[in-house]
Amino acid sequence: MSKLLDDLTKRAEAAIDKKAPFGEDIDLTKYINPSERYEYVENLETLSAEEKERLMAVGIDTKAEQRSGSFIQHDTTVRHRDSTQEGVEVMGTAEALAKYDWMEEYWWKAVAVDQDKYTAHVQLHQNDGYFIRTLPGVKTTFPLQACLYLKEEQITQNVHNIIIAEEGSELHIITGCTTGPHVKEGIHLGVSEFFIKKGAKVSFTMIHGWNENVAVRPRTGIIIEEDGVFLSNYILLRRAHSLQMYPNAYLNGKNSTARFNSIIAVPEGSHVDGGARTYLRAPGAKAEIISRTISTGGTVISRGHMIGEVPGVKAHMECNGLILSEHGIVAAVPELEGRVADVEMSHEAAVGKIAKEEIEYLMARGLSEDEAKSTIIRGFLDVKIMGLPPHLENAIKKAVETGQQGFM
Amino acid sequence: MLELTDLRVEVSGKEILNGVNLTIDTAQTHILFGPNGAGKTTLLMSIMGFPEYKVTGGQIRFNEEDVTHLPLHERARLGIGMSFQRPPTIKGLKTRQIIELSGHGGADIDEIAGEVNLGYLLDRDVNDGFSGGEIKRSEMAQLIAQQPSFVLLDEPESGVDLENISLLGGAINKLLQKDMKRQRVNSCLIITHTGYILDYVEADVGHILLGGRISCSGNPREMLGHIKESGYEECAICPSC
Ligand SMILES: Nc1ncnc2c1ncn2[C@@H]1O[C@H](COP(=O)(O)OP(=O)(O)OP(=O)(O)O)[C@@H](O)[C@H]1O
Ligand SMILES: [Mg+2]
Repeated sequence: MSKLLDDLTKRAEAAIDKKAPFGEDIDLTKYINPSERYEYVENLETLSAEEKERLMAVGIDTKAEQRSGSFIQHDTTVRHRDSTQEGVEVMGTAEALAKYDWMEEYWWKAVAVDQDKYTAHVQLHQNDGYFIRTLPGVKTTFPLQACLYLKEEQITQNVHNIIIAEEGSELHIITGCTTGPHVKEGIHLGVSEFFIKKGAKVSFTMIHGWNENVAVRPRTGIIIEEDGVFLSNYILLRRAHSLQMYPNAYLNGKNSTARFNSIIAVPEGSHVDGGARTYLRAPGAKAEIISRTISTGGTVISRGHMIGEVPGVKAHMECNGLILSEHGIVAAVPELEGRVADVEMSHEAAVGKIAKEEIEYLMARGLSEDEAKSTIIRGFLDVKIMGLPPHLENAIKKAVETGQQGFM
Repeated sequence: MLELTDLRVEVSGKEILNGVNLTIDTAQTHILFGPNGAGKTTLLMSIMGFPEYKVTGGQIRFNEEDVTHLPLHERARLGIGMSFQRPPTIKGLKTRQIIELSGHGGADIDEIAGEVNLGYLLDRDVNDGFSGGEIKRSEMAQLIAQQPSFVLLDEPESGVDLENISLLGGAINKLLQKDMKRQRVNSCLIITHTGYILDYVEADVGHILLGGRISCSGNPREMLGHIKESGYEECAICPSC
């Protein structure tokens, strides 16, 4: 492993100034690497009231009643990790690296260490992250929850997550990323590598709740084997000063599936550049990207790039955006790339304000204009698009409703 | 209950109605006939208060109150309700929810759905991919929940199969309190081409809209007979108008 690490470090050092193709270029030297450590807590209920409140807002249940395991990291410290189900492993990635020699088969295998300055920074200043794994055939009864929390002012949080669903297993993860209520500025760098083995299924629901001037650069890669399914749901309804991400899904196995759903609202001062890229590399592979974006004054770009490399694949993209304020910007940038003839790829995109006919239709039923608008927006943000099990759907619905009150 | 005097309306800068006079009393049901493009839908939309239908002259009075310039939703709250010829689709909003909203939380959704055979559509998005007949039944369900005292129906039976017309007829009669003789207060203005609805709903007065105004009024069944026989062209030269 050490030979590999040396090599990775060299590549990272060479990429430390490499700009990302999208998003504002962030000067990482203005942030500090965190030094403070926090004590481990056995029970999430013993966290401070203010911390608990922030966790709840991003879907983390501190009572952990309907959860098969939890992982909480504050800055660099793993505050808590547990799994309540046999065959489900939850720990920090540092611990996993020490425990399993085979970690090098996964380490930086779905994301390139020298992709850009942010991946390089994570390699050079890594502070843990989560390792979650389901053993072959194991299905999580309840979702696992993970939270990465920025507690100190002006820091970079550099996490590296590894998620492995072994053959035939089923894993549901709900993850919330947030900051302490007093944190004004900071940057979250998160590398996540997913490995979905033959016939396995992973749903990954991420709720972000950042503060004023926080920048966020997730870097994600997903490798999906035969009959594997990856379902991503992303929700961001609070202001994030600058967020850019463009996860790559590699559908390497026959009949593999990837679906990306996102619900993003950008208030004034928010700049979000998101989307997904899917490489369809085996017959029967299917990918879908669905985004619903709303601007109340900020800028949101929703991208999608779907690449059909072999015959017999299907890809579909749907980007719908609503502009609710005079100077909000919503951009949809769908790209379809068929590299052979026998592919089925399509997209729909629509950007604009709420249709007048719809508002008036509801007004004819006695709703005021404002009531009509918020009803239509609630429908627009309907989480049913995500195809989740009911208890997860309810948790997310609640998060969306709370978030919606904030921007309407 | 409703009184239109010399009502003039333009849409997209074009005058469609040029002096409509019409009075509908409490507990009355009126029928509106007229060829395609005559302005029937325009008249209903103007009474309902859609801003695109600009009233350039005349007056709309509802229950003695001048509502000519009252916003749409306030007219709805005063008790005017309408079923639309071509309502929009609203993605993400369920049919169940729009019926609930129409009834301001007080309606028994499943019972209403049963009345107009809509149960299987409750969990679909509003009007999304609905057939012609399904749209009509969904409109009717919303109205039943809303309980307006003055009902505007734009071709409620067109595109509806015979079995469902009888169902809709029943629903309209209930909406119009047809079973209550003396206490009845609700009134209605119905647009129809075929007149099928007259087989189910008892109507008091018929009108023909032609050339931007009401050209003729009378017994609705007799009028329908005339129209069927000689069309609207005869109507234009009819000496009684
Ligand atoms: N938004 C609009 N822009 C331009 N013209 C319009 C608009 N709405 C209605 N019109 C025109 O006004 C006239 C009257 O239309 P309206 O829909 O009221 O007719 P109608 O009597 O209901 O006809 P039908 O029997 O076909 O339903 C038509 O010539 C129509 O094209
Ligand atoms: Mg019409």
